[in-house]
Amino acid sequence: MEPRAEFVHWLFASGVLVLGLIMVAQAIAGQEVWRKRRWRVYLWPSIAFGLGILMWPVMTFYTNSAIHMVAHSTWAQSLMVMGAAELGLAKGRLTSRWWRLAAPIGLAVSGVAFLVHEQNPWFFARSAFLHHLMGWTLVASAIFPLGLVFRPRSSFFRYGFGVCVIALSIMLFCDRDVAAVFGHLSPLAGPPHR
Amino acid sequence: METQLETHVPAGVAYRSLRARAIGLLGPLTVVAGLIWAVIQPYRLTLLHPHHQGFWWLVVEPPLLVAAAGVFFSLAVARPLIADLEEEHGAAR
Repeated sequence: MEPRAEFVHWLFASGVLVLGLIMVAQAIAGQEVWRKRRWRVYLWPSIAFGLGILMWPVMTFYTNSAIHMVAHSTWAQSLMVMGAAELGLAKGRLTSRWWRLAAPIGLAVSGVAFLVHEQNPWFFARSAFLHHLMGWTLVASAIFPLGLVFRPRSSFFRYGFGVCVIALSIMLFCDRDVAAVFGHLSPLAGPPHR
Repeated sequence: METQLETHVPAGVAYRSLRARAIGLLGPLTVVAGLIWAVIQPYRLTLLHPHHQGFWWLVVEPPLLVAAAGVFFSLAVARPLIADLEEEHGAAR
């Protein structure tokens, strides 16, 4: 009855897609309009925090190796810290702008966790390719929330952050348990399925 | 034929700013992306042929998840945000 990993990836991809759309909408609307309704300020930090909480059952039930467990725990903690810090800033409980560093640090750590826990080369199978791609995307996209620490009103950094999150959701939707990537599939990966 | 009736359209309603249009397009574009995926890979929509499909294949249908994300965003986020943008635009004029 336990769903295969790809189903879980697709469910998370949906949440990440909504998160990315919200971030892009915030960038388009601008801070003044976005803050007109109080609930909107809490929207993306709450979703990030919620995705972090949901990552814990994934860590519990999909631990086919110790390094997988560590990677899933890292993503859970990164998302929760990022969401909690942004919630604290939105509520006004946290005032130092340095709390905004939780987002770039969380993204960079999550990216490193992707890269470290993927033991196979890029073209071993699609999942290996996507792990490498998502890892480097996360590491590179940390530049956008880092820019927001120093220029919080910058539309460029906010757009960039949102677009990277949407790209991440597309990568998650592309994930399959065993499938070829650009015609490459190692015989060690097992038989492909739809 | 002539008429004395005149319908007054408030400027703030008639005019939709570029930002409002862009936000209004995000949700429908996401739905279209999900539909295109469903056309390209119809076998991922197991509801079209549900026999002998497992529970999770019937529950989690990725093209529908994409479309659902677009619908949710349009209704829950974009609609009130566009209303606020137009209100601000109307006030600015």
